[in-house]
Amino acid sequence: MVVTFGELVLTEVASAPVLQLDNRITNIPINRYPPFFIDEIIAVKIPLHKVRLSNGYSVKSNHMVDPQPVFTIRDLNFYYGAVRALSQISLEIPPNLITALIGPSGCGKSTFLRCLNRMNDTIPGTHIEGQIFLKGMDIYSPDVDLALLRQKVGMVFQKPNPFPQSVFDNVAYGPRVVGLTRNKKELETIVERSLRQVALWDEVKDALNENALSFSLGEQQRLCIARLLAVQPEVILMDEPASALDPIATLRIEELMVELKQNYTIIVVTHNMQQAARVSDFTGFFWLGELVEFSPTANMFTRPEKRLSEDYITGKMG
Amino acid sequence: MSPGIRSVFDREFDEVRVKLAGMTKLVDVAVERSMNALAERDTKLAKIVIDGDLEINKQRFQIEEDCLALIATQQPAATDLREIIAILYMIVELERMGDYAAGIAKTVILMKEEPLLKTFKKIFKMAELSRQMLADSMQAFTNRDPVLAQEITDRDNKIDELYKIVFLRLLKIMAKDPDMVTRCTYLMWCAHNLERIADRVINISEQVTFMTTGTLKEFE
Repeated sequence: MVVTFGELVLTEVASAPVLQLDNRITNIPINRYPPFFIDEIIAVKIPLHKVRLSNGYSVKSNHMVDPQPVFTIRDLNFYYGAVRALSQISLEIPPNLITALIGPSGCGKSTFLRCLNRMNDTIPGTHIEGQIFLKGMDIYSPDVDLALLRQKVGMVFQKPNPFPQSVFDNVAYGPRVVGLTRNKKELETIVERSLRQVALWDEVKDALNENALSFSLGEQQRLCIARLLAVQPEVILMDEPASALDPIATLRIEELMVELKQNYTIIVVTHNMQQAARVSDFTGFFWLGELVEFSPTANMFTRPEKRLSEDYITGKMG
Repeated sequence: MSPGIRSVFDREFDEVRVKLAGMTKLVDVAVERSMNALAERDTKLAKIVIDGDLEINKQRFQIEEDCLALIATQQPAATDLREIIAILYMIVELERMGDYAAGIAKTVILMKEEPLLKTFKKIFKMAELSRQMLADSMQAFTNRDPVLAQEITDRDNKIDELYKIVFLRLLKIMAKDPDMVTRCTYLMWCAHNLERIADRVINISEQVTFMTTGTLKEFE
């Protein structure tokens, strides 16, 4: 007898029951409350792509994850003038997952995030040591095209910052500047697809010419994400993307992040530890410019490896 | 809050529920097999039950781990929180039931080829009732049905009655024929284990009641 619980399959092997995870059944919709009666066959989809990442950790995911890192950071030091804001940061950021960076104010997590698309270049008196590779490309090498880098590695900010233009023009801005499209039809396709990706299309499809600033903050933030998706990035950096939003709008952004990770790598800086716990696959804890710990999120919040992480997560310091 | 806004949590929670159903199935099969082994004097089958207990223990730790991660990362509240706490208790009960089944299987091996005492249909009746109680308690859990949970606890009296009958009858046999003492003692262990299994089901029913009503109450 075989009892199937989605991909959890109970099989009789050598006449002893053995539970095993099995990949055979996919695309069966989740039953929220499956009938548990023991002899019934139950189908529930359980995510089952197991990937061993190059950083040594295994993840299981609904979608395929490339084991190679999207970002490799080696011995990164960052200075504001003579002040060292980041010291000796080395880590690998896995693709198509959500990485959260947590830590108290001033710990360097936002500075680190801005290093990843060279946003810090605009601040006078700063300099950087070490290397950051985006899929093997050294992003601080002199011949890097900054516009292209920021197209590939887009950023969402704390406060929604749509242009004071129509919804359509906001989303069309990037493709127009970069020259992604040949005609209006293509542009319209991109705008619609981007707005659909952030689950905003149904709300705004009849208001594409309205000023973006007339929408709620939650909608504006999703619009900003759509604007970014329109130029087809690989990585989305988010700096406190939900801290200006109410709890429901926050949950919507978190859900959106989970949707988006199938196609994009997301790195999010957050003050909100619970948000990091809820949404991310990996968590990095920064303290005084150092990366104290980088672990799978479930591990970080149940059995952190470092005492300092434990004290911060449990609110004993910070 | 609109449904589906916490899809990560919902999915991970479903996974735990499914694993719980799987673990329950393993325990139920273990009890069934230990009784078959007893009826047939099948030491091979008994060995399978004993080895299978490792898998039950493994499942318990796996589910415990998952619940821990859910609590730490998803901040469940109200019904969700109560359900996770209930599951944490339930897996301990299930694991102990697995141990009792393995205990019966060990007794089967100790008894080896000794002939079966013929009058012990009542022991098998105890097993049958306990298994039905287990299945129903999981049904009560799935359907969030505190009435069914309460109703299951009433059935424990029947198990206790049967246990008493078996116990007295075995005593009588032992008093009459000292050669039967070993065999009767083994059977008494089996009956005792079944009685304990039913008690563990009652604990599960208590958890279902807590989960559905928020009230902690001990069933007699």
